[in-house]
Amino acid sequence: MTTPVFLVTGQLGSGKTTLISRLLQRPELGETAVIVNELGEVGIDHHLLRRVDERTVLLSSGCVCCVLRGDLSDELRSLLDLRDAGAIPPFRRVVIETTGVAEPAPIVQTLLADPLLPHHYAVGAIVVTVDGEHGLHGDEALHQVAAADTLVLTKADVVGPHDLEALEDELERLNPTARAVRASFGEVEPEFLLTASARDVRELPPTNGHAHPDGVEAVVLILDRTVDWTAFGIWLTMLLHARGTSILRVKGLLDTGGEGPLLVNCVRHAVHPPVHLDGWPDDDRRSRLVVIGQDVDRDALERSLRAFVTDAPSPLPPAAGGFRGVPRPWGGDSCGSGSARADSDLAG
Amino acid sequence: MAKEHWAESGEGARGRVLRATALNRVLGHYGLEVAAWSGGAYVLRDRKGGTAVVSDLGAVWIEAERLHGAPLDPLDPGLVAALSA
Repeated sequence: MTTPVFLVTGQLGSGKTTLISRLLQRPELGETAVIVNELGEVGIDHHLLRRVDERTVLLSSGCVCCVLRGDLSDELRSLLDLRDAGAIPPFRRVVIETTGVAEPAPIVQTLLADPLLPHHYAVGAIVVTVDGEHGLHGDEALHQVAAADTLVLTKADVVGPHDLEALEDELERLNPTARAVRASFGEVEPEFLLTASARDVRELPPTNGHAHPDGVEAVVLILDRTVDWTAFGIWLTMLLHARGTSILRVKGLLDTGGEGPLLVNCVRHAVHPPVHLDGWPDDDRRSRLVVIGQDVDRDALERSLRAFVTDAPSPLPPAAGGFRGVPRPWGGDSCGSGSARADSDLAG
Repeated sequence: MAKEHWAESGEGARGRVLRATALNRVLGHYGLEVAAWSGGAYVLRDRKGGTAVVSDLGAVWIEAERLHGAPLDPLDPGLVAALSA
């Protein structure tokens, strides 16, 4: 059983610490370890967390997505050791509060690529706070939003409804896979943030919105033929290698010929272990893939995907279980019993 | 022990042989060839005798680009046309 790790990120002053502080006051979130990352020699935010105890760790003097990635791994290992030794109160989840400039992808990659950590931790969800009053500024903010499973629009009490709706529309265009919630003073139902983590990609319409002024756009690709998993892996690895700086997020459900779909989820180069779901929620078994990227050519992307995965002469015959080229069991997560929704499975 | 690549999780030697076959549809367009090697690796070859051994699928593209001498892009219209033919 892995411990879910929830990443809380968002621009400076967007309400990360307020959100975490309020969450930790909830009795159902009592067994939570917190890792706070701050820039600067002297950390401040961790003092603002009201439940500072042995399970609260401060990583300062650098950003956890770049210079402190090793420190993050060390702290996560240390928390395990201390918990096993009974030196700290038990915890059932970890919350990492990043700096305002942190890119989520390298942190996720640290969790996925470490030889030890994936045996003990799983990425629960990426929660991104967006300042409802000041909106999004800079590439970091766009990358954070693209990586999000859940978006929290903060300071909703000081922003007019029209401005909030405009910001929600902007976020929907940038990342239609994320769920969004408004919050005032960090008040959000914990279940919304720390259990169900994202929208079912099948809820997304097969049309595409307009690109953000910075060129970031989410496109939805639908395939009505069975996807060859081997060919898809080749396509995605090649795409991320060739265009990893412009592809911010890929998420989708694939029909690989089995009983249920395969959930694919990656944040830039960080690819979550694919999760094989038990069944489809309805009769629509078409594969659906959301790609969020900078200056994405939707038509070229779709032509390429089709050429790789549906025009491919499959090198694998259907296996005994009816799966076409999909190895089982997965080295990583497996889906929960009876679950067929992407949101519930991403929650770890 | 190296961590398994996400696309290769849980598969054995047969899976890698079949993946190499699928990879050659793509790499052949650039004059490259790949074969599954022992120990979970792949060996890449170009037509001039250049070779490279890579540990997993993710590393294939780095060495394939080096041998080819130019970036490899899955959106390359020539490649897409060749795969669709």
